[in-house]
Amino acid sequence: MKYTDEFRDAARVKQLADDLRGIIQHPWVIMEICGGQTHSFMHYGIDQLLPPEIELVHGPGCPVCVTPLEMIDKAIALASDSGFILTSYGDMLRVPGSNQDLFSVRASGGAVKVVYSPLDAVQLARDNPDKQVVFFAIGFETTTPANAMSIIQAESLGIKNFSLLVSQVRVPPAMEAILSSPANRVQGFLAAGHVCAVMGFWEYLPIAEKYQIPMAVTGFEPVDLLKGLNDLVTMLEQKKVGVINSYPRAVTLEGNMAAQASINRVFQPSDRAWRGIGTIPMSGFSLRPEYVHFDAEKRFDLGHIKTRESEVCIAGQVLQGVMKPPQCPGFGTLCTPENPLGAPMVSAEGACSAYYRYKKMTS
Amino acid sequence: MCLGVPCKILEIYKKDTLTMGKVDFGGVVREVCFETLPDALPGEYAIVHVGFAISKLSEADALDTLGLLKEMNDLADLEDQNQ
Ligand code: SF4
Repeated sequence: MKYTDEFRDAARVKQLADDLRGIIQHPWVIMEICGGQTHSFMHYGIDQLLPPEIELVHGPGCPVCVTPLEMIDKAIALASDSGFILTSYGDMLRVPGSNQDLFSVRASGGAVKVVYSPLDAVQLARDNPDKQVVFFAIGFETTTPANAMSIIQAESLGIKNFSLLVSQVRVPPAMEAILSSPANRVQGFLAAGHVCAVMGFWEYLPIAEKYQIPMAVTGFEPVDLLKGLNDLVTMLEQKKVGVINSYPRAVTLEGNMAAQASINRVFQPSDRAWRGIGTIPMSGFSLRPEYVHFDAEKRFDLGHIKTRESEVCIAGQVLQGVMKPPQCPGFGTLCTPENPLGAPMVSAEGACSAYYRYKKMTS
Repeated sequence: MCLGVPCKILEIYKKDTLTMGKVDFGGVVREVCFETLPDALPGEYAIVHVGFAISKLSEADALDTLGLLKEMNDLADLEDQNQ
């Protein structure tokens, strides 16, 4: 595939790693926001190529991981009701709720359907007029335009039996929460390239200024990761503050205006709870008042949900970059991908699953 | 699901009320929504997330990141000189 193979070219990767060794002079703690990048680093063994001065800490950018337990329990409650079809991305199925996961709800006869796109969920609502179809709308700004379009499409087709269980989160408030925490060690961010493809990186400029740190907007292929690191470390060494775009083939400062317009039409920023972390002000999106009839939480009585989190799981610490997965007492023993205690062990973007898959031998 | 997948745009058309298109993910052809990338054209490259095209991939910037743009410019200069 054009624009993929070239960015995995071993000679180029090695050259960039050599360049990085030439640039770096001091130890730096760098956070990659996006869990997809955590996996890329380990999958391609890039973390092994890095100079010892770089410590990578893994950020909260795992949508499945930060979806609150209460939301999972609500999804489970909906899926267990015979009047409903709960639709979701596949990643959510194995995420542990208080008592069970969606996978086991489906195994015991609940209607849980995995979809590729929220538009597939709208189609399911069209095909099943006698059921309420709810889409589990999780994710960062990358998935928000798609979820917004599902509402716009359902509205324009006059589909009444479709709604969203909304748990959308935003990156900038999470960055601020990390930087303003007394436990913070992060000195520079690799900003998530695909979030920025949608949102641009204008929102990050005041954050870089306020906390006096550099950020590099970074892609996902090995060459992209090293390019982002080289640019970021150059800024760190030169004591520069601001945001550099190391992924210009997909990202512009202003981002994708059409996608942002669809988000703003349907959603508005609101406070959100993050699993393991707690509520962060204005860190998510909720449906605008004019779309409240598409809000599953408001529309259906989900009863009284009492959540119960695993006592072993330290996912909140892992997601804030304060602890690493092997420091968790459950890692690889009580908690494995087959029998997960927390979401970061399940998700394709979770740090615990990355360590389990790629680092088990060495940890 | 935040992992975007690069693809080549094959065709773009209207379906219901939406702008949709066929894209090629390195051999696998799928239908995706182009409402969020209205100025995309067949033949261009894009990144797709959860069934939506969210960003075009600029060829010039790709070559630049790979360090190929300079080589190509040098080559073009050389060709100019040789003419
Ligand atoms: S290893 Fe398992 S129990 Fe420990 S933090 Fe990760 S998900 Fe939670």
